[in-house]
Amino acid sequence: MASVYDVIVIGGGPGGYVAAIRAAQLGLKTAVVEREHLGGICLNWGCIPTKALLRSAEIFHFAQHAKDYGLRIEGKVGYDTEAVKDRSRKISAQLNAGVGFLLKKNKVDVIWGEAQLAKPGEVKVAKSSKPAHQPQAAVPKGILGEGTYQAKHIVVATGARPRLLPGLEPDGKLIWTYFEAMMPDAMPKSLIVVGSGAIGVEFASFYRDFGADVTLIEVLPRILPAEDAEIAGLAHKRFEKRGIKILTGTKIVKAEKSAEGIVATAEAADGKSLQLKAERLISAVGVTGNIENLGLENLGVKTERGTIVTDGFGRTNVAGIYAIGDVAGPPMLAHKAEHEGVICVEAIAGGHPHPLDRDMIPGCTYCNPQIASVGLTEEKAKAAGYKLKVGRFPFIGNGKAIALGEPEGLTKTIFDAATGRLLGAHMIGAEVTELIQGFVVAMNCETTEAELINTIFPHPTLSETMHESVLDAYGRAIHI
Amino acid sequence: MSIKVLMPALSPTMEKGNLTRWLKAEGDTVKSGDVIAEIETDKATMEVEAADEGTLGKILVPAGTNDVPVNEIIALIAEEGEDPTSLTAGASAPAAPAIASAAPPAAASAPPSAAASPGNIVAFPQSTEKPARRFASPLARRLATQNKLDLALVTGSGPHGRIVAADVNAALAAGTAKAAPAAAVAPLPKPTLTDAIVKQYFAPDSFDEVPHEAMRKAIARRLVEAKTTIPHFYLTIECEIDALLKLRGELNGAAPKAKDGTPAYKLSVNDMIVKALALALIDVPNANVTFLENTMLKHHHADVAVAVAIPDGLITPVLKRADLMPLSVISNTMKDYAARAKQRRLKPQEYEGGVSAVSNLGMFGIKEFSAIINPPQSSILAVGAGEARPVVRKGEIVPATLLGVTLSCDHRAVDGATGAELLAAFKHHIETPLTLLGI
Repeated sequence: MASVYDVIVIGGGPGGYVAAIRAAQLGLKTAVVEREHLGGICLNWGCIPTKALLRSAEIFHFAQHAKDYGLRIEGKVGYDTEAVKDRSRKISAQLNAGVGFLLKKNKVDVIWGEAQLAKPGEVKVAKSSKPAHQPQAAVPKGILGEGTYQAKHIVVATGARPRLLPGLEPDGKLIWTYFEAMMPDAMPKSLIVVGSGAIGVEFASFYRDFGADVTLIEVLPRILPAEDAEIAGLAHKRFEKRGIKILTGTKIVKAEKSAEGIVATAEAADGKSLQLKAERLISAVGVTGNIENLGLENLGVKTERGTIVTDGFGRTNVAGIYAIGDVAGPPMLAHKAEHEGVICVEAIAGGHPHPLDRDMIPGCTYCNPQIASVGLTEEKAKAAGYKLKVGRFPFIGNGKAIALGEPEGLTKTIFDAATGRLLGAHMIGAEVTELIQGFVVAMNCETTEAELINTIFPHPTLSETMHESVLDAYGRAIHI
Repeated sequence: MSIKVLMPALSPTMEKGNLTRWLKAEGDTVKSGDVIAEIETDKATMEVEAADEGTLGKILVPAGTNDVPVNEIIALIAEEGEDPTSLTAGASAPAAPAIASAAPPAAASAPPSAAASPGNIVAFPQSTEKPARRFASPLARRLATQNKLDLALVTGSGPHGRIVAADVNAALAAGTAKAAPAAAVAPLPKPTLTDAIVKQYFAPDSFDEVPHEAMRKAIARRLVEAKTTIPHFYLTIECEIDALLKLRGELNGAAPKAKDGTPAYKLSVNDMIVKALALALIDVPNANVTFLENTMLKHHHADVAVAVAIPDGLITPVLKRADLMPLSVISNTMKDYAARAKQRRLKPQEYEGGVSAVSNLGMFGIKEFSAIINPPQSSILAVGAGEARPVVRKGEIVPATLLGVTLSCDHRAVDGATGAELLAAFKHHIETPLTLLGI
């Protein structure tokens, strides 16, 4: 392999493979190094398979509530854990193969193995030392193998893995991370979920839909700490209504394993100790960047709190070495990684992309009810010194929401009173993850309230709550 | 390489104009000299000629676009052998010559082929690195309005050169682009009455609200600038014009007539006043001046502007070297100017400049008034109506026709005594009208 690549991307996740395709589109000779599965965690063990599982949970939920819609299902509605898992795995496998196809179509070489940065401009690829999570997608055909590869630019896109809490190290049996939580041998009857971020609440929601007694534990004073407090408060109420037990300001001190499952000792905010019993415990206390075993130290690449330090264009402190996606810091979201990847290679190709604006990265949580948001929360906007105009519109005022049987939800918009700039939008309710993009586009186009007010939203849709929320911020909502 | 057609500067001070109309469509063949577009400034409508031939490949600034900055690329012309449909602004030669030229619209007054004829102004490209369009995000526009910032002076960093909020904030932080240049001379006090408050004083259905035309805005801006930055003082004098009226009658009676009976000239009193003022300026060189920041321009000839009222506005074409013009030429030139001013077809070089000006409201019976100086002029003569009145001459009361005139002077340029001298010289020429004929 005497030929020199323009770009080698280490990691074939959503950030890495998108960066590689974009690089190839720009005429750069590109390769991706992958040790486990094209598509990364997102596609194999994250976003996509969990959405498949949650869809099963949702339909199960609907089937159990068929009579609410005037339908009758004879006999007992049940589920087949294996089939639910299988569906989820098949969807991952399909998309995994799709990524391989896309890379091939764009003439991106795939190098199979674990990469190390030997020196600037050189990547050593060896056999992966990491045991792959099972079941694993097949290794694609036509790949390159171990060896030393030269590249003018090296993009580190190695992603992240679950953060481990001492005492809550996953054993794959009783204490799970998202890997095991996606592949239950049987649906547990009781479950403790530690951590109420997106991953935590999604699994809490999923297992609750399948009938488990779920206890959600959050060390901070409220669940969904990254979300707007009002939205998180509504989610809290809805979760409790659905039977999820929530303990905030609480931390797990100890988790003992027994034949029946886990006996956890927790400490509440007031210092009181309490005992929790459950068949399984999911540790969902966040993720941490994969910065190890890459040779970053040898090259002097600067890292901070488990992630690589970059500028707005993915450049590290070492020339020719870049980092994007989870490994380059939060928010650890696939769409953020993709965007960073594109910006990074466009800059490498001599373009002038705009740096990532972290205030315009949407976030979606697929619990029931769904949560979606972009921009500043009300608290953060206030703290930033803005005078605000805040609009709210409940789903109960929306015809489509009522027709769907989903009248619980809220669309909240936050404007800078001085300029009419949309600072943030926060939604909870049915399908809001599909709706939030409207606000994201609006923010990117720098619309003010005027353009949103002048926009015709189609009727009857849930998107009308977006319009009404903006109208409400300016004291002119129609349907409340 | 395609040829860029740039927004021409119709005058040295022009910064932007409105592209009112395209006379050629994309795909049309254009020859040198073809009129391809019409441009409107605050004073006039002008035509843009092609100076090269080819195919109009791409119109980048659509008709009806206001405030197009000078030297912005408005269209691309494909040269022979070039695919006109594939043109992009980036692909054309950065150093391609500007080919837009403003030509006098009347075909008779300029040969259409002469792209470089003296009457034409060729726009020269400056930096082609500038973003091509003045798109701005809604938020950027609002921030600019709130901070009274001229978006035309902001460089856009968004997609396709779109001005985004960050650009406006950067411009505000840098202190550049703050307001239009005219206003930059003297920041205007904020009006205490907002438009909304003013409107509340009138019943909602009792008026029509008409947006300002470019000319109205220019008048407002320039006259506020003049009244707030020029120290005006006023001198009034009365002139007997019986002799002048008599001479005018005789001259008009003697005008040679064409076959159809049209006289070669028909002098107005105003034509004679213009000439008298021009001669007075030559008589009093210290009044024939332009005040600059560090210097005074002392002119060798007298360029006299004449205010012409036109529908919804006014304009002041300038008679260059009026001191040298025979009355008949002054008269006929003014008739041409007035006619074209009403169609807004004056060329910028026909209405810019001037040392002094004549503003005549005599035809409305106005006895006397004071005019506002139109910069860079240093004075203006306000002319009222001629009026038959008794005057005392050698102890006798006799009838006479008197004309009241008031000279407004810029005290920075013309002191009181100098202004008085100028007015006395003017009175002399009016009352001894044979001097207007030149010896």
